[in-house]
Amino acid sequence: MSAGLLTVSPSPHIHTDLTVPQIMRGVIIAMIPALVFSVYNFGLGAVYVTLLAILFCVVIEYSIARYLLKRPASIYDGSAVITGMLLAFNVPTNLPWHIILIGSAVAIGIGKMSFGGLGNNPFNPALVGRVFLLLSFPVEMTSWPKAGATWSLDATTSATPLGILKDGLRAGDTVPELMNQMPSYADFFFGLQGGSLGEMSAFAILLGLIYMLYRKIITWHIPVSMLITIALMTGIFWLVDPTRFANPLFHLLTGGVMLGAVFMATDYVTSPFTHRGMIVFGVGIGVLTVVIRLFGSYPEGVSFAILIMNAFVPIINSYAKQPRYGSKSQRHKAYQEKLEKELTSTK
Amino acid sequence: MAMRLNKHKTFKTGGIHPHDNKLSAQVAITPLSLPKMVTIPIIQHIGAPAKIVVQRGDIVKTGQILATHEGFVSSNIHSSVSGRIGVIEEVMDSTGFKHTAVNIRVKGDDWEEAIDRTDTLVEEIKFSPKEIVSRIMEAGVVGMGGAAFPSHVKLSVPEGKHIDHLLINGVECEPYLTADHRVMLEKPKEIIVGIKILMKALGVQKAIIGIEDNKADAIEIFQQLLKNEKHIGVEALEVHYPQGGEKQLIQALLNREVPSGGLPADVGVIVHNVGTTYAVYEAVQKNKPLIERVVTVTGKSVKQPSNFLVRIGTPVIDLLIAAGGVPEDTGKIVSGGPMMGKAIADLDVPIAKGTSGILLIPKDEASRSEVYNCVHCGKCIEACPMGLEPYRLLIMSKKGNNKRAKEEHILDCIECGSCSFVCPSNRPILDYIRLGKTQLKKQKSV
Ligand code: SF4
Ligand code: SF4
Repeated sequence: MSAGLLTVSPSPHIHTDLTVPQIMRGVIIAMIPALVFSVYNFGLGAVYVTLLAILFCVVIEYSIARYLLKRPASIYDGSAVITGMLLAFNVPTNLPWHIILIGSAVAIGIGKMSFGGLGNNPFNPALVGRVFLLLSFPVEMTSWPKAGATWSLDATTSATPLGILKDGLRAGDTVPELMNQMPSYADFFFGLQGGSLGEMSAFAILLGLIYMLYRKIITWHIPVSMLITIALMTGIFWLVDPTRFANPLFHLLTGGVMLGAVFMATDYVTSPFTHRGMIVFGVGIGVLTVVIRLFGSYPEGVSFAILIMNAFVPIINSYAKQPRYGSKSQRHKAYQEKLEKELTSTK
Repeated sequence: MAMRLNKHKTFKTGGIHPHDNKLSAQVAITPLSLPKMVTIPIIQHIGAPAKIVVQRGDIVKTGQILATHEGFVSSNIHSSVSGRIGVIEEVMDSTGFKHTAVNIRVKGDDWEEAIDRTDTLVEEIKFSPKEIVSRIMEAGVVGMGGAAFPSHVKLSVPEGKHIDHLLINGVECEPYLTADHRVMLEKPKEIIVGIKILMKALGVQKAIIGIEDNKADAIEIFQQLLKNEKHIGVEALEVHYPQGGEKQLIQALLNREVPSGGLPADVGVIVHNVGTTYAVYEAVQKNKPLIERVVTVTGKSVKQPSNFLVRIGTPVIDLLIAAGGVPEDTGKIVSGGPMMGKAIADLDVPIAKGTSGILLIPKDEASRSEVYNCVHCGKCIEACPMGLEPYRLLIMSKKGNNKRAKEEHILDCIECGSCSFVCPSNRPILDYIRLGKTQLKKQKSV
């Protein structure tokens, strides 16, 4: 055997199987249950919107990379597909195609490529696209088709539970009265509620979460800290005045909380590095979400909360560091003294 | 985040869990048949090269000295065979650099008379601490876990430092390697005498053997043998890379942290590898210099993964043939383990005192895959056992910003490779960290 055929490269000589394309594929698989539930509840519109968004995102990313930045297109890492899917998950299933195109262009063009592509964007691109659409097309973005297997593309529209709650409270109704007009918790859990394409079924999203945890794609830190924060905060308000504030379960199961906690806030690029940092980030999103929901003028606050916390990531990273090995002796006087004692006692 | 009921100790900062792939764990050590020719480099250790005291044409015996240590941080080199000295020339060794080496054509196996070659266990330690250190120095014993630091230097504790613990490293956290594991199974009594010798030399009252819990058989043997020993303990450790790093082992067993830039002696500890401890036994009790060692030959496609007792200087190819030949699909040959070993380009490279294994990596795993942008996943930070921020060190080294890198403790990096292993974007993090470290060292020496 000729030695010239041997690879000579520096250590390490083995590498984890979990590479970027593997991770992106894993995330896509994790989103499929939510998509399936959406098709079940909203009909083929869900598939149509999702495919369109993916197509637009991939084509736009490819074109920008090739023709504007003049560098090899990086679409094979799968991140553009995920951005497209996440954008679709955050819009109603009856959104016209030209609005999807605009959303995709903003998500990829402004949210991602303007910062230098994958890894350099401070804000979650899909959320940048979504919030832009929400501000530019408030009517189209907030008229959701009625859930319950409406298999045609132009079904009647309905309000989201959070919308019903906010408007009802404004009109002077109490929470218990409003709850009577809403679907049951089981419906919330399985996704029989009005809302954006991928956010309705907590159950489907939890399946995705379990899969991603199992594959070690994400850790529990962001979703769990965010959900616990929301539950605790809404719980306190609910205990104080149950006629004005809905209970924690309602808040967890409605709107974009689950989708945000599992798929949006856990985006590697726009979340902190360390597990400690992730917990700070998750708690921050939770607090902001509740504040916007209970006291803001929008019924839903998850998207804004995540985008705001995205901006804090560099600061979180510079504080929530891993403790350095060997810094213990500097950090703890007591440790130093204990060691001194151990060393002299055996002398 | 696997939850286990009887959780064993481990180090606290970072670490990874690669597949351990210990293919040769159940294969007993077999002596490799004598090579026709050996090539013995005069530097196989950290420190100064030894000075050659033989000439071409000399007839040497097995165990005879070939080169004597130059200064204190250096090591004697002995002949591992009997025969005639051939050319003394520069050869490529397992570090990938050329070093002077002595070629010996093997003839018979005629040992120095002073060496006790019997298997009888000699328990009584007749020597004073000073004599022990000098016997270890004479025998050319160096750290056999990979770093090959001269053992007598480690035993000469600097003035003003007090040592209260001797740690014996039986962790063998590198995937695939099983040489230490086999020595522990087959020579436990000798290792225990070796530990007592080291304790006497250091004047310490307490020794702990740390073994990862994928070697339950070895842990059990030592627990049995040490039942009535008050001063020597065994501790099972979690399988967690790099558990066998000196600093990590100290953190795991004693919850002490070696300060940045410091030595284990700064926190009252000296660490020796089990293989080294066995060599110490042989050197002190049997008068046998370090001329052979156990080497694991392994890899997914290797026909018979094995543990061979090999004379130092034997070419790698001899070991490969004994393990069933070089598989068709071999893409890379590594001297050492997959995490910290060095790839070798040439099958004539000689086995050195620090060579713990030869690993054959199939072609499809040999080359690196496509590199992506850093996706800020933080996995490298969570994996770094030194608590560094590898992704930033890469950027700094790449930009040549060595001053910043130094402030970020780049010199603390133990080059364990965990960061490069976990990076989903396949970023060559450790390559750049090494570059940065080398540049810093150069700056210092100018
Ligand atoms: S190689 Fe260095 S930087 Fe990378 S994980 Fe190991 S100690 Fe940390
Ligand atoms: S592991 Fe790789 S991709 Fe992740 S933060 Fe570190 S360098 Fe970046």
